[in-house]
Parts: sequence; C-alpha cells; structure tokens
Amino acid sequence: MADERFDAIVVGAGPAGTAAAYTMAKAGLKVALVERGEFPGAKNLFGGVLYRQQLEELIPEWWKEAPLERTIVEQRLWMLGEDSVVTLGHRNEKYKSPPNCWTGLRVKFDPWFASKAEQAGALPIYETVVTELLMQGDQVVKGIRTDRDDGELEANITIVADGVNSLLGKQLGVHREWRPHEVSLAVKEVIGLSKQAIQDRFNLDANEGCTIEIVGQTCGMAGLGFLYTNQDTLSLGVGVMVNDLKKHRVKPYEVLDGLKQHPMIKKLIEGGEVREYSGHLIPEGGFNSIPPLAGNGWMICGDAAQMVNAVHREGTNLAVTSGRLAGEVAIAAHKAGDFSLRTLSAYNDAIRASIIHKDLKKYRGLHGLLAYENSEKLFNQLPQAVNDAVYEMLLVDGKPKKTKQKQAFRQLKDASGGHNMDLLRLGIKGWRAMNG
Amino acid sequence: MLHIVVCIKQVPDSREIRIDPKTNTLIRQGVPAIVNYFDLHGLEEALRIKDEHGARVTVVTMGPPSAEKALKLCVSMGADEGVLVSDRAFAGADTLATSYVVALTVQKAEQEWGPVDLVFCGKQTLDGDTGQVGPGVACRLDIEQLTYVEKVEHLDPKTREIIVHRHLEDGVERVKAKLPVLITALTELNEPRRASLPGVIRGTRYQPVVWTTNDFEDIDRSKIGLRGSPTIVSKTWVPDPRAVNTKVLEDESTDAAANHLLDELLATDLPQKLGWVKEAVSVG
Ligand SMILES: Cc1cc2nc3c(=O)[nH]c(=O)nc-3n(C[C@H](O)[C@H](O)[C@H](O)COP(=O)(O)OP(=O)(O)OC[C@H]3O[C@@H](n4cnc5c(N)ncnc54)[C@H](O)[C@@H]3O)c2cc1C
Repeated sequence: MADERFDAIVVGAGPAGTAAAYTMAKAGLKVALVERGEFPGAKNLFGGVLYRQQLEELIPEWWKEAPLERTIVEQRLWMLGEDSVVTLGHRNEKYKSPPNCWTGLRVKFDPWFASKAEQAGALPIYETVVTELLMQGDQVVKGIRTDRDDGELEANITIVADGVNSLLGKQLGVHREWRPHEVSLAVKEVIGLSKQAIQDRFNLDANEGCTIEIVGQTCGMAGLGFLYTNQDTLSLGVGVMVNDLKKHRVKPYEVLDGLKQHPMIKKLIEGGEVREYSGHLIPEGGFNSIPPLAGNGWMICGDAAQMVNAVHREGTNLAVTSGRLAGEVAIAAHKAGDFSLRTLSAYNDAIRASIIHKDLKKYRGLHGLLAYENSEKLFNQLPQAVNDAVYEMLLVDGKPKKTKQKQAFRQLKDASGGHNMDLLRLGIKGWRAMNG
Repeated sequence: MLHIVVCIKQVPDSREIRIDPKTNTLIRQGVPAIVNYFDLHGLEEALRIKDEHGARVTVVTMGPPSAEKALKLCVSMGADEGVLVSDRAFAGADTLATSYVVALTVQKAEQEWGPVDLVFCGKQTLDGDTGQVGPGVACRLDIEQLTYVEKVEHLDPKTREIIVHRHLEDGVERVKAKLPVLITALTELNEPRRASLPGVIRGTRYQPVVWTTNDFEDIDRSKIGLRGSPTIVSKTWVPDPRAVNTKVLEDESTDAAANHLLDELLATDLPQKLGWVKEAVSVG
C-alpha cells in the first residue's frame, strides 16, 4: 500500500471526475485522479457536442484555450423516410457570440481538461485500473485498490466517476445491471474528409459547424442517429435501445451501415475515409434510474449515476456539474472534518436543486415512451408517414389540395394506430415525455 | 553500492509511424512518444541488479524538454534519478555527436553520484536503427563493451565480475568481464516491469535533473549538435514493396482448402528450413 494518504481520490478522468478533481485541487485538497486509459480520453467516446455553460462555472472562458472542433451555428433535425427526408433546422448568427456549443473529440478534450486539474495540483495516476473500493466494515469507503503492485490507496473521500458501466457503483450496491430498456448502445465512426469538402457540403465557414440529429431508418427500433461536423472529420453514429436490438437481433453497426447507405447521408460522407470506429453504452433511464448519490466516504457522479439527458444528447455538461457539486461538498466535508453520510448527503441535495435534476425530471416520461411504445411505429412508420405526407402535399399532380390534405392526415393516422384518438394519444404522450 | 547508469531515448512509437510519400521523411507529428523499448530492457536489468545487490540507478537522456515524461516513467519503475540533457545546441546530433554528449553525461553523473560500475544502453533505437551510440559511449569512456546481451548470468559486486550471454549471428557467446562495462540490451534480456502504485506516485511527482551545455565545463562545442555531426544523409527512399507471387486457393470447403494449403506448403523448402525434415523426402 502507498504509505501516503489523500484527502480525496477520484476514480475516472472523464468530464465528471476531472471536474471534481479540479474543484477540490483548486481549493487546496490533496487529490489523486485515477484513470485506466493510457491518458484521459484515450478510449472515451461521445457524439460529441460540448456546451459552454456548465464548464464556464468552473473555468471562465475555457473555450478560448480548449481544443475544440467547430462552433455550432446550425442544428438540424432530420426525419428520414426510406429515400427521403423532412428537415427542420435552426441557424443563427447569435450562436457565435457568445458561443453556445461546439463539436469536439474526447481524445483531445479530455486530456486538456485533465491537464487543468493537474495544474491545479491533482496528482494524475493513469494507466491504472481501480479494481475495487476499500471498505471499513460494510458501510464506509476508505479508499481504492488498483491493478498495480502495492496498489492500495487511502483517502477520506472517494468520488466514483467511472462512467456508464460503473463497476464501483455495483460494488456499492447503488447499481444493478442496467436493464435493456435503460441503456442504448451507440456506435460511431469518425470519417476523414477535407475541410473544404465539409464546409461546402454543410454550407459552413472556416470554424462554423453544424449538427444533424436523425430520426427514422433505424430498422424499426427506438434510436437516434447523429452526424456532426469536426474540423476535418465527420462524426456519424447511431444509438439504439438495447431491448430493441435484442428483440430484432440486429447488430448496431448494421444500423449504422444502413444509415450510411441512405441517399441523404451517402452524399455527405462520399469520399470520406473511416478513421475510427467505436461503441459505447448510453444510459437512457434518466430520472427514473438515478441511484443514491452519496454514502459514508463516497459520492458518485456523471454517467455512473445515470445523469444523461437522453433527449438532448447532453451528458458531459451534466457530468461536469455533478463533478463540481461533489467537489464542493468534499471541500465542505474537509473543512468540517466529517466524511460520513451526514455531511456528504449535502451532495444529494445539491443535485436535487440543480439543473441536472430539473432537466432529468422534465424528461422522465421519455424512457417510458421509448421503452414501452411500439418502436416500429414511433421510429419507422411515423417518420415514413410524415415523409409520404409531405411528398403528397408538395407533389403537383392535378389532385385538389383539400383531397391531398385529407390523404396526408390519414397516412399519419394509420401510422399511429388507425384511430383519430391514437394520433392524439401518441401526441400527448410524446408531449408529456418532453414536457413533464 | 553499485552505481548503474541507464541511457534512454524517447522515440516516436514505431507502430504508428508513417512515411511522408512526398518528402520520404518520417511523419513525427501526432505520433505518440514512447521510451525506445530496447532501453527499457536495459533499465529493467539495472533494476533487477538493484533489487538483488542494491544499487543506485541513474537514468540519462539527451533530448527535448518533452523527454521529461520518459524519465518520469523510468523513475516510476524504480530508477533513483533521471537526468535530462537538453539544449538547442545539441539539436541535429548524429551518433558521433550524441555519443560524445552521452559520455560526458555519464562522467558528470559519476562526479555527482559516485563512480559508475555499469552502463546500459539499448541495442539500437527504433527511429535511427544504427546501434552505434552504445559502443560510441563505451569507447569514449574507455570501458569494455558487451553488445547484444540477451542474458546477465552472473554478477558479483565483490569480485566485480560479470558474465553475460551475447546473441550473435552465428551463435551465443558467453563472456566474462570486469566492471566497469557497458552493456547494450536485447529484448530477450528480460520483461520490463510495470510500475507499482507508490512508484507511479513518485514518478509523477519527480522533477528530472536538467543539464544544459553550461553545466559541462570542458565541453568542446565543435563536437556537439549539427556542427559535431559529420554524417550526411544524402538520400532517403522508401523501397518498392517486394513483388510476391500470390496464389489464391479456391476449394469447395474449408477442409479442402486447408489440405490444399498444407500440400502447397509441404511442396516448398519450408519444412526443411524449419528443420522438420532432415532432407527432402523423395517418394518412389
Ligand atoms: C455515442 C454517444 C454520444 C454522446 N453524445 C454526447 C454529446 O454530444 N454531448 C454530450 O454532452 N454528451 C454526449 N454523450 C454523453 C457523454 O459522453 C457522457 O455523458 C459523459 O462522457 C459522462 O462523463 P463521465 O465523466 O461521467 O463518464 P466517462 O466520460 O465515461 O468517463 C469515465 C472515465 O472513467 C474511466 N474508468 C472507468 N472505469 C475505471 C476504473 N475501474 N478505474 C479507472 N478508471 C476507470 C474511463 O476510462 C473514463 O475515462 C454521448 C455519449 C455517447 C455514448
């Protein structure tokens, strides 16, 4: 065992863990930041869009020095039919100053963020896997055991930020295995393409970026696709609910391959060269799945605590906020000299009062909608029907507009179950899921 | 106590190196830096000697400031001290100039931490491949050199005797020598260790000693850097890929294809080369 003691150990140098380590180190706590990757971000994956707001509370104007790809000026939503698309989008010059969000790559962003924590004084311990938490009795966490020789390390507080598949969360009993309707499996390709081609194809200037979220053409399964512009690569991916993958016996990359063949997407990625391929789980359970967040000597944050907003593809920002809050509670506990649940439960309260909780609560119905509504209907028939309806409306073929309108409406109704009430019910359900 | 100096170099990870087809030079940008792995085997052997007999292990490297990271790794594995010799004046050095500076560094380490008994170098570097620096350093220090060492059989700090196995082209040579010696390490020498947790903590916090030209009193400036490097690279090129005769075996089933492949292989001189058969078997 290492013969020195730390005020706090953070497990996982993703956005959550690094934010916690940074917060505590800056306040003068003696912090160890333990990460299994060769360096932070080495194997981490996300879409990925990085948001300004939450990190700003930690590092003012962080984006001016962080390695980012493109400032997002336009966000599009695509509803795909078999060989068609209905597009909804918003572009606004106001998104430039102050910038709202950027595309980014974890291999670049995570090491930069971790370097800030290191500069603040956190001790990086990388290429080291935490294998279990050291317990005093069965209630109190007193440190970690790693896969290195003499690999035990003790601290007053251990912050668990080991991501979606949190092994340590399982050891704490706050985690059961995810049920298939609580997680989706995402696969992503990074496709190399020249800057010029990206800018031409997506109608962008040098540092401008655009995101496209994609509904439909996920083989009738509940899922969302995405296509984001980086400097000289595109991030193309799709996440599908695991229960649907099981039911349909489809592999996630087959869904991605399908998307790549879609005429709308094919054109945008043409000539690109696949640089990276990776897969990752996304917890979609949201509010309904958040476990207890603190105990004696420990707190848990980020994905490990299921803090992802499945609707808006936000996760890093919630992770950063939860890490910061955990760090702040640790600082208070350090001052008080009490590391029991009595003090650390302030973290539970802080999360409850934060935007994380409000946002996750707002969308809490969604995972029910995703899990229990007929996916085929929602993610295939409906987008297709919308496409067919719009096609009819815009096609000039001599039929009176009124007839067309009726026809279009019937198509939508059929797709949602056949009754007027079905369409209405689905609409209300969807609205509720989004608006609490 | 024995004093062992290990010479290391930070090199681009050869698994990720590509060659710029236009300029025929290595693309170093974006390629992660690692410790030349032959050197790590040298370090491991030094650490084993330290574990067994007790020794002071000093790691030295000549390189850019970023090579600090390599020294921290060595310290996390168990080295006592890491010295970075870094100066713009050293840039552009060939093996002659490099061995001059490294030899000076070993001598200076000797002044700082006591007489040196053993010097370890890697057999060669991954990026230069010459294998000249180790022997160059030995010559300048005027000590025995044991190159291509695959095993240290015996070391006695009292009698100052060392017995090693040198892997040569036509066999293995078992050699006895008296300390001080310089050894160049092969990968067969040992399996480098993974740092322990306390080691990592120590390595991460460790700040290497940095020496610049000013720290060497009698340095001859005409022997360092580009000026001290008579080697001229007149041309580099990428050899054309060797033409290979490819034969595609098409058979009905996997079994048939496997048998077919076996027949084809047995018909070559491969079994003989591998020593499976003493002579070609002639049938009939
Ligand atoms: C396909 C996809 C797209 C996404 N898109 C977006 C997006 O566009 N915008 C957004 O904001 N969010 C997005 N997210 C969500 C976001 O990536 C996560 O919410 C966020 O990364 C969570 O951060 P974290 O620090 O909690 O966990 P992670 O980022 O997963 O970090 C956990 C860290 O812990 C380390 N670790 C794990 N176990 C151990 C162990 N035993 N010992 C040591 N270290 C360990 C891991 O190596 C990792 O570095 C996306 C996610 C996916 C999968």
